[in-house]
Amino acid sequence: MEFTLKTFIFYGFALMTVASALIVVTVRNIVHAAFSLMVTLFGVAGLYVFLQADFLAATQVIVYVGGILVLILFGVMMTSERFDMPIQVKGHIERGQLFLGGVIALALLMLLLTVIANTPAWKNLTDDGTELPPTTARIGELILNGQFLLPFEVVSVLLLVALIGAALISRKEVRD
Amino acid sequence: MSDFRTMLAGFPYFNISENFFPNLRLQDGHNWAEEFIQNVVIPRLPEAVASHFPVEIGTVLVMFACAGVFVGVVPLLPLVLVLAERKVSARFQNRTGPMRVGPWGILQTLADGVKLIFKEDFIPPQGDKLLFLLAPYIIFACSFAVFAAIPFSEGILVSDFNIGIFYIMAISSVIVMGVIMAGWSSNSKWSLLGSLRSAAQIVSYEIPLGLSILTVVMLVESLSMQEIVASQSNGVFSWLIFRTPFAFIAFFIFFISSIAEVNRTPFDLPEAESEIVAGFHTEYSGMRFALFFIAEYANMFAVSAIAVTLFLGVWEGVLPGYDILGGFPGFVIKSMGLVFLMMWLRWTLPRLRVDQLMNLCWKYFIPIAFFNILGTGIWGLIFPEDTVISTSISCAIIYIGLIAAYKVAGRGIAQRPAPQPS
Repeated sequence: MEFTLKTFIFYGFALMTVASALIVVTVRNIVHAAFSLMVTLFGVAGLYVFLQADFLAATQVIVYVGGILVLILFGVMMTSERFDMPIQVKGHIERGQLFLGGVIALALLMLLLTVIANTPAWKNLTDDGTELPPTTARIGELILNGQFLLPFEVVSVLLLVALIGAALISRKEVRD
Repeated sequence: MSDFRTMLAGFPYFNISENFFPNLRLQDGHNWAEEFIQNVVIPRLPEAVASHFPVEIGTVLVMFACAGVFVGVVPLLPLVLVLAERKVSARFQNRTGPMRVGPWGILQTLADGVKLIFKEDFIPPQGDKLLFLLAPYIIFACSFAVFAAIPFSEGILVSDFNIGIFYIMAISSVIVMGVIMAGWSSNSKWSLLGSLRSAAQIVSYEIPLGLSILTVVMLVESLSMQEIVASQSNGVFSWLIFRTPFAFIAFFIFFISSIAEVNRTPFDLPEAESEIVAGFHTEYSGMRFALFFIAEYANMFAVSAIAVTLFLGVWEGVLPGYDILGGFPGFVIKSMGLVFLMMWLRWTLPRLRVDQLMNLCWKYFIPIAFFNILGTGIWGLIFPEDTVISTSISCAIIYIGLIAAYKVAGRGIAQRPAPQPS
C-alpha cells in the first residue's frame, strides 16, 4: 500500500477514534469519559468524510456532539450526589456485568465481521478518479422516492413517541 | 499552544489533492494551495530539487500558513467590535465612553489586551485542571472554524463545501461543549449554573435556527454557499429575504435565535452579572478570559455574516450590474449593520426570565418556523420559478404585513395606561 499524506491523515483519524474510545471505557471519571467520547465522535465524523459521506459527517457532529453528548453531560451534572464531590465510577465491577458486557461486545464484533466478510467488492472510491455528486441530493431522493420512505416514517414516529413520553414524564403534576 | 489552535482552525483545510475529499472540494473544484506550489514555488527551485519536491506536504504547509493568517487577522475584528460596543453603549447612556488612550480612545482595547496578557493566569486548585485549560481552545477553535465557509467576497471564500451552511451549523453546535467544559472544570457554582443555562439555551434555540435556515435551503435547493450567493445575484429584490414572505419571517427568527446562540442581552442568562457573577467564565482570568471574549465577538460577527449570506444578498450589490453595497466592503457594511443592531438591542432591552426564554423558543419560534417551511413548500408549488410576478406579490405581502404589524403593535402601546409620575 502506497503511503501518502492521505493515508497518514486517515491513520491520524483512526488513531484518534480508537485511542479516545479506549479512554472512554477505561477512565474512572465520568465527565472525562464524556469529553473523550466527543473526540471519538469527531474521529468517526472524519472517517465518514473519507468515505465521501459529507452530509453524514456533519449530521454526526450536530446530532451526537451538539445534541446527545450535551444531554449526557447534563444528566451527569444534574444527578451527581453532591456538586463538590468528584463523580467517579466505582472501582469494583460485578462479575455478572462483566460477563454480560463481554457477551454483547463479542456478539457485536461477530456481526460486524460478518458484514465485512459478506460485502462484495470493496473498492476505493477515490482512486478511480470519478467524482461523486453531492450526497444530499441522493439521500433526499432515496428517502422521498419510496425506497426508504417507510423506514423513515417509522423512525420519525418513534422519535415523536419518545418526545411525547419525555414531555409526559417531566411534566409537573397539576393540582386543582 | 498556538500550533494547536492553528491545527484545529485548519481542520477544513485538509484538502490535499483534487480527489482527496471529493465532496468537500474547494472553489471551482481545484486546489489553490497545490496550484500555488506547482506554478509559483517549483519553477523557482533548482532543477535537482524541483523534481523531488514534496508537493503534498508543501500543499499542507501552504494551507497551514493560510489558516495562520486567518487566526492572526480575525482577532483584530473583536478589537474593533469591543471598542464599538463601548462607544455605542456610551452613546445610549449619554456618556462619552473610553476617551483617554489614543485619539477618541481608539487604542483602549489594545491597552486592555496588553493588561490581560500580563494578568495572573489563575487556575482553580480544586477544579479539573486539564479540562479547565482545554475549554477556551475548544470555543476559540470552533468559532474560528466557522469563518472557513463564509463567502466574504467573490475571491475570498476559503472552502466551498457542498454542505457549506450545514458545516457551519455542525461546527457551531460544538461550542456548547466548550462552555460546559469550562463551567464544570471551574468547580464553582456560578460557573456550573451558567454553563447549564447556556447549554439549555443553545440546544433549544438551535432548532428554530436550523428550521429558518431550512427555509432558505428550500428556496436555493442547495446547501452550498456558492449556490446561495449565485441565487441572489440579481439586485436587491433577488435577495432571499424578499423572495417569499416566509423568508422574511425566517430572517427575524434566524436573527433573534442567533442573538440567543451567542448569549447576548436580552438572552444573556448564561452570563447574567446580577445573578451568577459572569457565568461559565467566572473563574477565568488573563489571556484565557481574553480567548472567551475574542470568541464571543468573533461569533457575533460570524452570525451576522451568516445572516447576510443567507438573507441579505451576501456580497451582491443593490442594483444588478452596479457595485453599490457590493463586493467585500458591501459585505462588511451589511454585517456590521447587523452587529450594530445586536448592540442596539443589548443596550435597550432588559434580560428575559428563563421561562420567558423557553416560551419564546418553544411556543412561538418553533411553530412559526414549521409554518414557514410549509408555506415555502406551497409557495414553491405555486411559483416554481422566481419571476417578477412572484417577487412583486411577495413584496406586496411583506409591505401589507409590516403595516398591519405596525398598526397592531401601535394599538397595544396606545391602550397601555400612561406612566404615573411618582
